[in-house]
Amino acid sequence: MNALPVRETFALGLGAYALGAFACLGSWRKPALARYLCCGLALAAAALEGCAAVLGLLQGTPVRWSISSGVPLFAYSFAYDALAGFFNLILAVLAAAVTIYSFGYLKEFEGKRNIGLFGFLYHILLLSLTIVFAAANAFLFLIAWEVMALTAYGLVSFYYEDPETRRAGLLYIIMSHIDSGFLFLGFLLLIQASGSVEFASFGAAAKQLSSSHQAAAFVLFFLGFSIKAGVIPFHIWLPAAHPVAPSNISALLSGIVIKTGIYGMARIFFDALGVLPAWAGMLVLILGVASAVLGVLYALMEHDLKRLLAYHSIENIGIILMGLGSALIFRVMGHPQLAAVALIAAMFHTLNHAIFKCLLFLGAGSVLHSTGTRNMEKLGGLIRPMPATAFCFLIGAVAISGLPPLNGFVSEWLTYQSLLAGFGATGGLTRILFPIAGSMLALTGALAAACFVKAFAITFLALPRGAESHHVHEAPRSMLIGMGWLTTACVFLGLGATWFLPIFDAMTEQLLGLRVGVNLITGKGLVLSAGTSHGGTVSTAVIGIGLLILMAPTALLASIGARRFGRRQGPTWDCGLPGLSSENEYTATAFSKPLRMIFSALYQPRREIQAVFDVSPYYPKEIHFESEIEPTFEKRLYAPLQDLILRLSIKLRAVQAGSIHAYLAYIFITLILLLLFGVRS
Amino acid sequence: MIVILVKSGLQLLLLLLVAPLISGIIKTLKARLQTRRGPDVLQPYRDILKLLRKGMVIPETASWIFSAAPYVVFVTAALVGLMIPMTATDAPLSLFGGVIAAVYVLALGRFFLALGGLDTGSPFGGLGSSREMTISAIAEPAMMLAIFTVALSANSTNLSEMARFAESQSWRFLAPSQMLAFAGLFIVLIAETGRIPVDNPATHLELTMIHEAMILEYSGPNLALIEWGASIKQLILMTLLVNTFFPFGLSSNWTVSGLGLGLFFYLLKLLLLACCIVLVETTNAKLRLFRVPELLAVAFILGALALISTFLF
Repeated sequence: MNALPVRETFALGLGAYALGAFACLGSWRKPALARYLCCGLALAAAALEGCAAVLGLLQGTPVRWSISSGVPLFAYSFAYDALAGFFNLILAVLAAAVTIYSFGYLKEFEGKRNIGLFGFLYHILLLSLTIVFAAANAFLFLIAWEVMALTAYGLVSFYYEDPETRRAGLLYIIMSHIDSGFLFLGFLLLIQASGSVEFASFGAAAKQLSSSHQAAAFVLFFLGFSIKAGVIPFHIWLPAAHPVAPSNISALLSGIVIKTGIYGMARIFFDALGVLPAWAGMLVLILGVASAVLGVLYALMEHDLKRLLAYHSIENIGIILMGLGSALIFRVMGHPQLAAVALIAAMFHTLNHAIFKCLLFLGAGSVLHSTGTRNMEKLGGLIRPMPATAFCFLIGAVAISGLPPLNGFVSEWLTYQSLLAGFGATGGLTRILFPIAGSMLALTGALAAACFVKAFAITFLALPRGAESHHVHEAPRSMLIGMGWLTTACVFLGLGATWFLPIFDAMTEQLLGLRVGVNLITGKGLVLSAGTSHGGTVSTAVIGIGLLILMAPTALLASIGARRFGRRQGPTWDCGLPGLSSENEYTATAFSKPLRMIFSALYQPRREIQAVFDVSPYYPKEIHFESEIEPTFEKRLYAPLQDLILRLSIKLRAVQAGSIHAYLAYIFITLILLLLFGVRS
Repeated sequence: MIVILVKSGLQLLLLLLVAPLISGIIKTLKARLQTRRGPDVLQPYRDILKLLRKGMVIPETASWIFSAAPYVVFVTAALVGLMIPMTATDAPLSLFGGVIAAVYVLALGRFFLALGGLDTGSPFGGLGSSREMTISAIAEPAMMLAIFTVALSANSTNLSEMARFAESQSWRFLAPSQMLAFAGLFIVLIAETGRIPVDNPATHLELTMIHEAMILEYSGPNLALIEWGASIKQLILMTLLVNTFFPFGLSSNWTVSGLGLGLFFYLLKLLLLACCIVLVETTNAKLRLFRVPELLAVAFILGALALISTFLF
């Protein structure tokens, strides 16, 4: 194929982002202008980057180019291959949706907040994300990675007056730097082995790495990328930081920023580190299972709508890791076909999760925008004033619960098939792990469905629960268009899953050296199969159409009585008790109570009830109820760690004597040591 | 295409007709075992017909979700019924969805039913939805583990393939892994169909109820759809048990004689399984809600043991 203008489109897009950043900053005194500039230029840039990604994927062969910077070891080198194109495509789709949404969302910032500064950070965040996915030089990658972390920090702490936001921002920036630190060390190991900072040189050099070196590099990269992705137990920053950011930013953070961790794993584990041993894959798989199950269990206990969604991001990252881990195991066991299917499952879920999580966060943002609260216990009945938002949120909820015929189901189905194939493809007792992981995936899916019944029903159904719900309004049109775009994507990726599968072929060819997309599609392009001669088949298109076809006779059947007697509206029966009010409705806390009791070993719930009464204890005047669950990881893992670091720091204080003589002595000793060890060769 | 549609139509008809019959048989047998006379086996048909011809009351607090839920429940159950082999090994839609899809399509129906329960604002609805989602979530891993055991030996998650494989190995159901998986799935069947000791299908106003609490506000045709859908779901789970573990008499083709014989054996097997369910329901007391997870943990462990024994024996 002729060379397509991938590089030019990509550069134009970057230019548009950069222009947007400074245009916003320049117009900070004129909020309305800043809003138009911010959204207009970001949309143009997202469209250009989207084109670049599509062109890059169509091109088939990687496009590489490098611009020297004059600084040793550092060059602006880019590789626009299948992996980069895929992630940049997700980014462009989300950036377009979020930008359109922001046009309406930012209106209320006018006169209150600095839209110019917001626009600057927003554009730089998107710019750095684009570069992270396309960088082919370790230093360029790390610089973009840092810029991404810093701008995200700025956006997370945008509502800086709130102490909770400041705390969350601080936690985020600390964890981000720890992850950058691990990545630095990991890259130093690879650079030392290959003598170059270009990604392309790592793969060849990795073949000469000793197994202990390889293991050390794997652990460093895994730690670094897992912190960014929010894998349990490195997740604590995620449920703190994602809810406090402005909602359009939360959508980007959960939709694509945490996916940079997944991108890094795919790039480094499959490309740069050589063939990793089986224990590495097992570790990824097991942490994936832990993240999925614990993530959804913690999500169930939340009644803050946005924090609930943040915990679900942890769950879905876990599902993605199950696929990635299986792919790593299959590769070393010599089953490239299965590895490719597992990788497709992981990447498809990455795409799906990006879309429905972004959609759900935007929906939550509309609710917050309209009611001013994230607390589900104060919401309710929003389906009447906000029907379109409710519909979009419902589609997102069905998709994230992995229910057919939407997109979440397709990737979970592929993950199931990979896990089942793992039983036959590996030997020994370890293969029991795969079906157990599969059953844990089933548990995760069912709990996620329970959680989204709660999230949707408590927020949107029944009677309004608080004063906030009385003057609510539907979201402005631009916000609805942003959500509608993602809703459509959920439906199309679900029903038309087989059309989108060939996208992944280029990626599996690049990372594993073979294409399996054709094997996955049978039955006139409608049926998805597990890729092997046996396995299973499924067709979301037929399921979707089947459900629709069956709907017609059912409606006919049900209309027999309705024709004669009609449908009457009446008060809710409620076992004959009159006067149903919002006070005796079921709450989010009540809904998850059975699970809180069943998994009490994990949650360690604590509750306190104080009743105030006049005469008889049977007629309390008021009851104070308090209930909380123990944040296990924070208390058991991070608090001791923090104590240890503080104690060490106090010990180290002795070194910092405040005397200039002592400092001169340190410099002198360091110089001697460097001369002794550093300049040996 | 036409062939698939005709087969689907036939199986759909069978599904719709047999499902209430099985509910009726279970009710009658249970009554006889408790030395009551009880309703006759045709009572569920009369209930459904009566409800379909009635008007209905929609609570003022409810939205369109409340009215949509019965349709989703009924349609999802009917669709899954077409993926599963009933009288012939070749299910009409088995190519388009295996056992994983079947479980997930049923979950879609449950998702909407739980939303419908919460939509009215009645605390009973919320209570039922909460318990239904909890118990199904705990039952899910046990169910999948037992199903995986069967799917792994058949090398397919396709239900027709699973039945065909079981047919090719005639005495395979005596293998320890199969028996353990069957026991695990039987417990899940009890839990998923809301039977004693997990839920009591005979109660209508008790604080212990699960399914009935969720559908308390439904009336008329909506209620008929939900009840019919629930009996179809029960039939599907029973069929899954009888036809993947004991595929005797399944017709290998869609000829009239084959199907007739298949139908005879199918009903016989269902009758036997119904007897087992009735025995369990009559000889057990209902468990406290928070003892149910222990029962389902037993099912999970049975599934895990089944899995381990697949490569011990």
